[in-house]
Amino acid sequence: MDFHTPSSFEDASKLAAEATGLTRFLAGGTDVLVQMRSGTVLPDTLIDLKLIPGTQGITRTPDGGWRIGIAVSGARLGDHAELIADWPGVVEGMELVGSTQVQGRATLVGNLCNGSPAADSVPGLVAAQASVEITGLTGVRTVPVEDIPAGPGKTTLQPGDVISGILIPPRGEHAGDAYQRFTPRTEMDIAVAGCAISLRVDGDTISEARVAVGAVAPTVRLVPDAAAALIGSTLDDAAIDALVAAVRAACNPIDDKRGTAEFRTEVAGVLAKRVAKIAYGRAKGEAQ
Amino acid sequence: MPKDDIKEFRLVGTRPNRPDGLDKVTGRARYGADITAPGMLWGAVLRSPHAHAKILKIDTSKAEALSGVKAVVTRADFPTGLTGEEWNLQENTMAGEKALYDGHAIAAVAATSSLIAQEAVRLIKVDYEVLPHVTDVDDAIKPDAPVIREGAADASVPEGMPPNVVKYFEFGRGDMEAGFKDADLVMERSFKTEATHQGYIEPHACLGQLGADGKGEMWVCTQGQWFIRQMCSAVLGLNAAQLRVTPSEIGGGFGGKTTIFMEPLSLALSQKAGGRPVKIVMSRSEVLRATGPTASASMDVKIGMTKDGKLTAARAEFRMQGGAFPGAPVDMALYCSLAPYKIENVEHIGYDVLANRPKCAAYRAPGSPMGAFAVESLIDEMCRKLDLDPMEVRLKNAVREGDQASYGPTFGSIGLVEVLEATAKHPNLAVPLGPNQGRGVASGYWFNHNGETSVSMAISEDGTAQVSVGTPDIGGSRASIALMVAETLGIAYEDVRVNVVETGALGVNEPTHGSRATFATGKAATIAARAAIKEMCRRAANEWGIDEDAVEWVEGAAQPAGPNAGNYPPMSIKDIAKNMGATGGPISGHHESVPDGVGASFGCHVVDVEVDPETGLTKILRYLVVQDAGRAIHPSYVEGQYQGGAVQGIGWALNEEYVYGKDGRLQNPIFLDYRMPVASDLPMIDTMIVEVPNPGHPFGVRGVGETGITPPLPAIANAIQGATGLRMSHLPMTPTKVLAALKASQE
Repeated sequence: MDFHTPSSFEDASKLAAEATGLTRFLAGGTDVLVQMRSGTVLPDTLIDLKLIPGTQGITRTPDGGWRIGIAVSGARLGDHAELIADWPGVVEGMELVGSTQVQGRATLVGNLCNGSPAADSVPGLVAAQASVEITGLTGVRTVPVEDIPAGPGKTTLQPGDVISGILIPPRGEHAGDAYQRFTPRTEMDIAVAGCAISLRVDGDTISEARVAVGAVAPTVRLVPDAAAALIGSTLDDAAIDALVAAVRAACNPIDDKRGTAEFRTEVAGVLAKRVAKIAYGRAKGEAQ
Repeated sequence: MPKDDIKEFRLVGTRPNRPDGLDKVTGRARYGADITAPGMLWGAVLRSPHAHAKILKIDTSKAEALSGVKAVVTRADFPTGLTGEEWNLQENTMAGEKALYDGHAIAAVAATSSLIAQEAVRLIKVDYEVLPHVTDVDDAIKPDAPVIREGAADASVPEGMPPNVVKYFEFGRGDMEAGFKDADLVMERSFKTEATHQGYIEPHACLGQLGADGKGEMWVCTQGQWFIRQMCSAVLGLNAAQLRVTPSEIGGGFGGKTTIFMEPLSLALSQKAGGRPVKIVMSRSEVLRATGPTASASMDVKIGMTKDGKLTAARAEFRMQGGAFPGAPVDMALYCSLAPYKIENVEHIGYDVLANRPKCAAYRAPGSPMGAFAVESLIDEMCRKLDLDPMEVRLKNAVREGDQASYGPTFGSIGLVEVLEATAKHPNLAVPLGPNQGRGVASGYWFNHNGETSVSMAISEDGTAQVSVGTPDIGGSRASIALMVAETLGIAYEDVRVNVVETGALGVNEPTHGSRATFATGKAATIAARAAIKEMCRRAANEWGIDEDAVEWVEGAAQPAGPNAGNYPPMSIKDIAKNMGATGGPISGHHESVPDGVGASFGCHVVDVEVDPETGLTKILRYLVVQDAGRAIHPSYVEGQYQGGAVQGIGWALNEEYVYGKDGRLQNPIFLDYRMPVASDLPMIDTMIVEVPNPGHPFGVRGVGETGITPPLPAIANAIQGATGLRMSHLPMTPTKVLAALKASQE
């Protein structure tokens, strides 16, 4: 096995493009190392990205948004008061990943690139309209987060593509987001269903909304119909019913050891209702 | 032994620090995988990906050619001609003609590194002929089910039974027809429980060394070093006395480490590699796929009750699969299921059924939790139907000393009534319940066990004492034995060191199983200490020139047994020890027996739950364990056993299960998907120790390790019925199942 520690994303991109066999990037390593130890993934090339300058940073962008380095751990996100004030839903999604020990290493980009439909941090990023900056053989480009997952364990990234940063837009006024997942246990578990909602209010009326669901389809899904059910409403019962129906309609889960398709669909609707109330409360400045 | 009249103890019943505490909190304690040896090789095991397959050919040539590989073994390297349970153990250690379950060992490799060993395993090519398989007990008992093994049934199985039934049990008493006729309510229900794993935190690990001369050593994480010695010797055709087995510290066992899995493989590899020691450490997936979970069960129960709550008759018919070998604990399940109740008319029928799953091992009160789930669930439902208090019904029918047990023998001293009375008075029962909340109660039973026991103790030159025991310390037994020996000798707890020793140091000891260590080893250690006292009294008598019967032992010193015996100042243990060389040499005490006087333990649990009606999630709000300990030698460890049993039962009830796919492969061989409870899932488990001393033990000990896992399964099901009105009859009661049942009940 070849192990590389490039000092720039351009070098990382080249190394990945030139490598033969199975290549994995290493950020926190909380998926890759576990897969290697269990023998399910045995890479021929490992490219460690953590030594590239800037990968540990959480910085404000000139437009008031955020740029999050690819090696920033969940623990650091959870310690960042300003980011939490802007995007509590994004941070609470990441903080649900793994244990305290795993939180010291696990990253948003790793959670995204692992390609799990149940990745807890991804619905929050999708609802937040976050994007990723990709350094590839042809240069740097920016892609919406929801376009990265392609199916369980698969992404749309091409050989030589390496994510070099996560970009979260400016939060703006009167807005809030939230994420919840369902697991049979309180922690150390994997989502059976998850839902993130980001919305903005104008007075009591929801003026913008994005709804994303996890673990109920081959990829995390943005659900425009669910957002439409919220926009223009005051989160009254009719809007909630429409939201729940739209979320359930967007579900296309599998039956497996973690839950039946019927259960996942049902609970996704329940979570959407609960998450919408939290996000709405946050948008209105009510303590949540 | 006569019942000890001493009621007030100096040390027994106190809570000193555990002797192994510092080593464990500093990481210095040596567990199975911590053992290394010069020249050591690493072993790895190739396992079957198929649930049931004929092994046509195993090509190990590429593995053997890999640089660093020192030995490869298959079943061809094992002796032939074994029969009965020894054949079963050998077959489970390494597959012969067929792979019998997903994870069954096919070949093993020893190499100079773990990575090379794993790579070599991947280079072994096996040609399989995949056969039809069966994993569910109700499917396995069908007459046309795939046959796991021809001719595996023993003499108990009547002609004409389905081919996978290998043992049959039938016993009872009274007149069933008349009993049910006397009842005002007769109900019959079917129940299922799924296989669960003990989930000990330390995976199996061993280091084995075996020379061409047949002399061997093994360091291993086990509950019983003599069992390891006997089983490895049988499977490999060794002379047992030539194999010395040393147990490591143990990170949990719960019954699952009372047998062998990869231990003979390390010895076989070592011998083939010229006697170099071979270490094998299982991964968690190997532990889940290929060690010994408990059985799964399918059960029918029929009970008759009068309108004032008197049980008139009960019939239990249980079917269990314990994997591809005989040994599902269906007999134990039947014995325990009705044990808390005095019923005139009882009938028990049991089937031990083979299926394509790993060979089950003991798991904390083997069988009892399943039987309790069926019986205690049905009794609870009948109480609700007749509007009777479940505590009062349990008390009304409770067995007492002198009653004949449902499974035959007459109970000696038991404490069920005391347990139930204490439970009924506990403040948890008075806490008001809110919406979607329910309360459940259930009783549980375990026999407890004695077993072959050999203990030696010796007085040191400074008057302190060392005790050599053969039962590995899983639940604080070193502290408890030290307390009993110190109490007996009249010295400080800190002046006793208890060592768990290797097979060369003592006579045969059964493992730490059956809740026996504090009872059996504790009793033997106490008798050994009394033998040392007798010798010390003799030394004092010689010194004083008086008759040895005229010397008594009081507060750690020999003294004349009264004014007529002589007028000498007490001679302390320190004085006697200091002069031992001049007065006759070393002073020790020894005892070996299968200690009689086992005392059974009953318990009662009360649980409050809240069920989320939108997700089916069950939250444990509060949980109470009440159990008869006989005597709590070290109450903190007794409470720890109560809490641990309850938590394992909660996992079994709510989320834990072996999930097999249509392909017969285990779907959840990792802790992410094998859902044991985590700390944040649980409230602090409340405990109450009831002490009805066991007259068969010098300090009244019964044994407390196992009863506690028995009531949680039904107690939680009963609480869920209180919260939702639903009777859940198939474990685990996952959110998926509860929500589906809620939806169905609303339609």
